[in-house]
Amino acid sequence: MPLPWLSSGPRRNCLSNRAPDGFAMEKIPILKMGRFLLVTVQVDMHDQLALQLQDDLTARIVASKARGVLIDISSLEVVDSFIGRMISNIAAMAKVLDAETVVVGIQPAVAITLVELGLSLEGVRTALNVDRGMALLQDRLAEELR
Amino acid sequence: MTVVHSSVLPIRTQEDIVRVRQAAREAGVAQGFSLVDQTKLVTAASELARNTLDYGGGGEVEIARLSEPARRGVRLVFTDKGPGIADIEQALKDGFTSGGGLGLGLSGAKRLSNEFSIASKVGEGTQVMIARWR
Repeated sequence: MPLPWLSSGPRRNCLSNRAPDGFAMEKIPILKMGRFLLVTVQVDMHDQLALQLQDDLTARIVASKARGVLIDISSLEVVDSFIGRMISNIAAMAKVLDAETVVVGIQPAVAITLVELGLSLEGVRTALNVDRGMALLQDRLAEELR
Repeated sequence: MTVVHSSVLPIRTQEDIVRVRQAAREAGVAQGFSLVDQTKLVTAASELARNTLDYGGGGEVEIARLSEPARRGVRLVFTDKGPGIADIEQALKDGFTSGGGLGLGLSGAKRLSNEFSIASKVGEGTQVMIARWR
Protein backbone atom coordinates (compact mmCIF):
# COMPACT_ATOMS: atom_id res chain seq x y z
CA MET A 1 0.00 0.00 0.00
CA PRO A 2 1.66 3.26 -1.03
CA LEU A 3 1.75 5.87 1.65
CA PRO A 4 -0.50 8.76 0.58
CA TRP A 5 2.13 11.43 1.19
CA LEU A 6 4.61 9.56 -0.98
CA SER A 7 2.37 8.90 -3.95
CA SER A 8 2.63 11.30 -6.80
CA GLY A 9 0.78 11.69 -10.04
CA PRO A 10 -2.67 10.26 -10.71
CA ARG A 11 -4.06 7.85 -8.17
CA ARG A 12 -3.51 4.22 -9.07
CA ASN A 13 -6.70 2.27 -9.45
CA CYS A 14 -6.22 -1.03 -7.63
CA LEU A 15 -9.26 -2.51 -9.31
CA SER A 16 -8.06 -2.07 -12.86
CA ASN A 17 -8.57 -5.14 -14.98
CA ARG A 18 -4.87 -5.77 -15.35
CA ALA A 19 -2.86 -7.34 -12.61
CA PRO A 20 0.45 -5.64 -11.81
CA ASP A 21 3.59 -6.52 -13.76
CA GLY A 22 1.83 -7.13 -17.03
CA PHE A 23 -0.11 -10.22 -16.02
CA ALA A 24 -3.29 -9.88 -17.99
CA MET A 25 -6.40 -11.02 -16.14
CA GLU A 26 -7.02 -13.64 -18.77
CA LYS A 27 -10.02 -15.93 -18.75
CA ILE A 28 -10.11 -19.59 -19.56
CA PRO A 29 -12.49 -20.16 -22.47
CA ILE A 30 -15.41 -22.55 -22.05
CA LEU A 31 -16.69 -24.11 -25.27
CA LYS A 32 -20.10 -25.67 -25.73
CA MET A 33 -20.26 -28.90 -27.71
CA GLY A 34 -23.75 -30.29 -27.94
CA ARG A 35 -24.86 -31.01 -24.38
CA PHE A 36 -21.35 -30.79 -22.99
CA LEU A 37 -18.96 -28.04 -21.97
CA LEU A 38 -15.33 -28.26 -22.96
CA VAL A 39 -12.51 -26.53 -21.10
CA THR A 40 -8.86 -26.68 -22.08
CA VAL A 41 -6.53 -25.23 -19.50
CA GLN A 42 -3.48 -24.01 -21.36
CA VAL A 43 -1.89 -21.57 -18.97
CA ASP A 44 -0.11 -21.91 -15.67
CA MET A 45 -3.06 -20.69 -13.61
CA HIS A 46 -2.65 -18.36 -10.70
CA ASP A 47 -5.11 -18.96 -7.89
CA GLN A 48 -7.58 -16.23 -8.82
CA LEU A 49 -7.82 -17.55 -12.36
CA ALA A 50 -8.61 -21.04 -11.04
CA LEU A 51 -11.36 -19.64 -8.82
CA GLN A 52 -12.70 -17.62 -11.74
CA LEU A 53 -12.93 -20.80 -13.82
CA GLN A 54 -14.87 -22.49 -11.02
CA ASP A 55 -17.40 -19.64 -10.98
CA ASP A 56 -17.63 -19.36 -14.77
CA LEU A 57 -18.16 -23.07 -15.24
CA THR A 58 -20.96 -23.40 -12.72
CA ALA A 59 -22.70 -20.39 -14.27
CA ARG A 60 -22.30 -21.88 -17.76
CA ILE A 61 -23.64 -25.28 -16.65
CA VAL A 62 -26.83 -23.62 -15.49
CA ALA A 63 -27.13 -21.23 -18.44
CA SER A 64 -26.53 -23.91 -21.08
CA LYS A 65 -28.23 -26.79 -19.25
CA ALA A 66 -25.10 -28.81 -19.95
CA ARG A 67 -25.09 -32.45 -18.86
CA GLY A 68 -21.36 -32.96 -18.88
CA VAL A 69 -18.11 -31.06 -18.39
CA LEU A 70 -14.84 -32.14 -19.93
CA ILE A 71 -11.69 -30.52 -18.55
CA ASP A 72 -8.53 -31.08 -20.54
CA ILE A 73 -5.44 -30.46 -18.42
CA SER A 74 -2.90 -32.04 -20.77
CA SER A 75 -1.04 -28.72 -20.97
CA LEU A 76 -0.77 -28.37 -17.21
CA GLU A 77 2.73 -29.19 -16.01
CA VAL A 78 1.84 -28.70 -12.36
CA VAL A 79 -1.25 -29.56 -10.36
CA ASP A 80 -0.79 -28.50 -6.77
CA SER A 81 -3.28 -28.86 -3.93
CA PHE A 82 -5.00 -25.60 -4.85
CA ILE A 83 -5.65 -26.59 -8.45
CA GLY A 84 -6.55 -30.09 -7.26
CA ARG A 85 -9.12 -28.67 -4.89
CA MET A 86 -10.51 -26.48 -7.65
CA ILE A 87 -10.95 -29.55 -9.87
CA SER A 88 -12.68 -31.49 -7.07
CA ASN A 89 -14.91 -28.50 -6.35
CA ILE A 90 -15.93 -28.17 -9.98
CA ALA A 91 -16.84 -31.87 -10.12
CA ALA A 92 -18.87 -31.61 -6.91
CA MET A 93 -20.68 -28.44 -7.99
CA ALA A 94 -21.39 -29.87 -11.44
CA LYS A 95 -22.83 -32.99 -9.85
CA VAL A 96 -25.23 -30.91 -7.78
CA LEU A 97 -26.22 -29.19 -11.02
CA ASP A 98 -26.86 -32.56 -12.67
CA ALA A 99 -23.75 -32.61 -14.84
CA GLU A 100 -20.95 -35.16 -14.97
CA THR A 101 -17.29 -34.02 -14.93
CA VAL A 102 -14.43 -35.82 -16.62
CA VAL A 103 -10.83 -34.64 -16.34
CA VAL A 104 -8.61 -35.78 -19.18
CA GLY A 105 -4.97 -35.64 -20.18
CA ILE A 106 -3.22 -35.73 -16.82
CA GLN A 107 0.50 -35.98 -17.57
CA PRO A 108 2.29 -39.01 -16.09
CA ALA A 109 4.68 -36.83 -14.06
CA VAL A 110 1.70 -34.89 -12.72
CA ALA A 111 -0.11 -38.12 -11.79
CA ILE A 112 2.93 -39.39 -9.86
CA THR A 113 3.29 -36.07 -8.06
CA LEU A 114 -0.42 -35.86 -7.23
CA VAL A 115 -0.36 -39.21 -5.48
CA GLU A 116 2.80 -38.37 -3.53
CA LEU A 117 1.33 -35.02 -2.56
CA GLY A 118 -1.64 -36.89 -1.11
CA LEU A 119 -4.29 -35.65 -3.52
CA SER A 120 -6.76 -38.27 -4.66
CA LEU A 121 -9.11 -36.05 -6.71
CA GLU A 122 -12.02 -37.78 -5.02
CA GLY A 123 -15.27 -37.83 -6.91
CA VAL A 124 -13.54 -36.83 -10.14
CA ARG A 125 -13.76 -39.13 -13.14
CA THR A 126 -10.68 -39.20 -15.33
CA ALA A 127 -9.92 -40.41 -18.84
CA LEU A 128 -6.67 -40.62 -20.76
CA ASN A 129 -7.60 -38.22 -23.54
CA VAL A 130 -10.37 -36.05 -24.94
CA ASP A 131 -11.78 -38.84 -27.15
CA ARG A 132 -12.18 -41.26 -24.27
CA GLY A 133 -13.51 -38.53 -22.00
CA MET A 134 -16.13 -37.57 -24.57
CA ALA A 135 -17.11 -41.23 -25.03
CA LEU A 136 -17.50 -41.56 -21.27
CA LEU A 137 -19.83 -38.55 -21.09
CA GLN A 138 -21.86 -39.77 -24.06
CA ASP A 139 -22.22 -43.26 -22.56
CA ARG A 140 -23.50 -41.74 -19.35
CA LEU A 141 -26.08 -39.69 -21.15
CA ALA A 142 -27.17 -42.63 -23.35
CA GLU A 143 -27.57 -44.82 -20.28
CA GLU A 144 -29.89 -42.29 -18.72
CA LEU A 145 -32.04 -42.00 -21.83
CA ARG A 146 -32.45 -45.75 -22.13
CA MET B 1 28.46 -28.72 -1.20
CA THR B 2 28.83 -25.73 -3.49
CA VAL B 3 26.14 -23.23 -4.39
CA VAL B 4 26.60 -22.70 -8.12
CA HIS B 5 23.79 -20.20 -8.57
CA SER B 6 21.39 -18.46 -6.27
CA SER B 7 18.57 -15.98 -6.65
CA VAL B 8 15.90 -14.45 -4.44
CA LEU B 9 12.29 -13.89 -5.50
CA PRO B 10 9.65 -11.93 -3.61
CA ILE B 11 6.35 -13.61 -2.72
CA ARG B 12 3.79 -10.82 -2.41
CA THR B 13 1.04 -11.72 -4.90
CA GLN B 14 -0.59 -14.75 -6.49
CA GLU B 15 1.36 -14.01 -9.67
CA ASP B 16 4.55 -14.33 -7.62
CA ILE B 17 3.55 -17.94 -6.87
CA VAL B 18 3.46 -18.57 -10.63
CA ARG B 19 6.91 -16.94 -10.93
CA VAL B 20 8.28 -19.13 -8.13
CA ARG B 21 6.98 -22.20 -9.98
CA GLN B 22 8.69 -21.03 -13.19
CA ALA B 23 11.97 -20.29 -11.39
CA ALA B 24 11.91 -23.68 -9.63
CA ARG B 25 11.29 -25.35 -13.00
CA GLU B 26 14.26 -23.48 -14.52
CA ALA B 27 16.51 -24.52 -11.66
CA GLY B 28 15.43 -28.15 -11.99
CA VAL B 29 16.05 -28.12 -15.74
CA ALA B 30 19.46 -26.46 -15.27
CA GLN B 31 20.43 -29.20 -12.81
CA GLY B 32 19.41 -31.94 -15.21
CA PHE B 33 16.38 -33.18 -13.24
CA SER B 34 14.07 -35.73 -14.85
CA LEU B 35 10.55 -34.53 -15.70
CA VAL B 36 9.12 -36.30 -12.64
CA ASP B 37 11.73 -34.73 -10.34
CA GLN B 38 11.10 -31.32 -11.89
CA THR B 39 7.36 -31.72 -11.34
CA LYS B 40 7.82 -32.74 -7.71
CA LEU B 41 10.12 -29.79 -7.06
CA VAL B 42 7.82 -27.31 -8.76
CA THR B 43 4.73 -28.65 -6.97
CA ALA B 44 6.45 -28.47 -3.58
CA ALA B 45 7.59 -24.92 -4.42
CA SER B 46 4.02 -23.96 -5.31
CA GLU B 47 2.63 -25.30 -2.02
CA LEU B 48 5.26 -23.52 0.08
CA ALA B 49 5.02 -20.25 -1.86
CA ARG B 50 1.27 -20.24 -1.23
CA ASN B 51 1.84 -20.88 2.48
CA THR B 52 4.29 -17.96 2.57
CA LEU B 53 1.69 -15.71 0.97
CA ASP B 54 -1.48 -16.93 2.70
CA TYR B 55 -0.23 -17.69 6.20
CA GLY B 56 3.02 -15.70 6.40
CA GLY B 57 1.57 -12.55 4.86
CA GLY B 58 4.19 -12.66 2.10
CA GLY B 59 7.94 -13.05 2.12
CA GLU B 60 10.61 -14.37 -0.19
CA VAL B 61 12.24 -17.50 -1.52
CA GLU B 62 15.90 -18.15 -2.16
CA ILE B 63 16.48 -20.62 -4.98
CA ALA B 64 19.93 -22.19 -4.97
CA ARG B 65 21.47 -24.68 -7.37
CA LEU B 66 23.73 -27.03 -5.47
CA SER B 67 26.64 -29.09 -6.62
CA GLU B 68 28.42 -31.96 -4.91
CA PRO B 69 30.98 -34.34 -6.38
CA ALA B 70 28.39 -37.09 -6.86
CA ARG B 71 25.12 -35.24 -7.24
CA ARG B 72 23.38 -32.02 -8.13
CA GLY B 73 20.38 -30.48 -6.47
CA VAL B 74 18.10 -27.53 -5.90
CA ARG B 75 17.43 -25.94 -2.53
CA LEU B 76 14.53 -23.61 -1.80
CA VAL B 77 14.33 -21.52 1.36
CA PHE B 78 11.03 -19.75 2.04
CA THR B 79 11.09 -16.98 4.62
CA ASP B 80 8.28 -14.88 6.00
CA LYS B 81 7.87 -12.51 8.91
CA GLY B 82 4.33 -13.63 9.62
CA PRO B 83 2.65 -14.82 12.82
CA GLY B 84 4.72 -18.00 13.01
CA ILE B 85 3.51 -21.53 13.74
CA ALA B 86 2.81 -22.41 17.37
CA ASP B 87 2.59 -26.17 16.91
CA ILE B 88 4.82 -27.33 14.06
CA GLU B 89 4.05 -31.01 14.64
CA GLN B 90 0.37 -30.34 14.16
CA ALA B 91 1.01 -28.14 11.11
CA LEU B 92 2.89 -31.03 9.48
CA LYS B 93 -0.03 -33.42 9.77
CA ASP B 94 -2.01 -34.23 6.65
CA GLY B 95 -5.31 -32.46 6.66
CA PHE B 96 -4.44 -29.87 9.25
CA THR B 97 -5.24 -26.36 8.12
CA SER B 98 -5.73 -23.05 9.82
CA GLY B 99 -7.02 -21.59 6.57
CA GLY B 100 -9.43 -22.92 4.00
CA GLY B 101 -7.04 -25.29 2.28
CA LEU B 102 -6.78 -29.05 2.15
CA GLY B 103 -3.96 -29.10 4.69
CA LEU B 104 -1.56 -30.76 2.28
CA GLY B 105 0.83 -27.84 1.78
CA LEU B 106 3.54 -28.52 4.36
CA SER B 107 3.15 -32.29 4.61
CA GLY B 108 2.88 -32.63 0.82
CA ALA B 109 5.94 -30.45 0.19
CA LYS B 110 7.86 -32.55 2.71
CA ARG B 111 6.91 -35.79 0.94
CA LEU B 112 7.90 -34.34 -2.43
CA SER B 113 11.38 -33.37 -1.22
CA ASN B 114 14.54 -35.23 -0.24
CA GLU B 115 15.35 -32.80 2.54
CA PHE B 116 12.99 -30.71 4.62
CA SER B 117 13.38 -28.48 7.62
CA ILE B 118 11.24 -25.86 9.26
CA ALA B 119 11.93 -23.23 11.89
CA SER B 120 9.27 -20.94 13.26
CA LYS B 121 8.87 -18.51 16.09
CA VAL B 122 5.48 -17.17 17.13
CA GLY B 123 5.29 -13.47 16.36
CA GLU B 124 8.49 -13.49 14.32
CA GLY B 125 8.03 -15.65 11.28
CA THR B 126 8.69 -18.96 9.60
CA GLN B 127 11.44 -20.41 7.47
CA VAL B 128 10.99 -23.61 5.47
CA MET B 129 13.82 -25.29 3.58
CA ILE B 130 13.46 -28.07 1.03
CA ALA B 131 16.04 -29.67 -1.19
CA ARG B 132 15.78 -32.16 -3.99
CA TRP B 133 18.68 -34.07 -5.54
CA ARG B 134 19.03 -35.89 -8.80
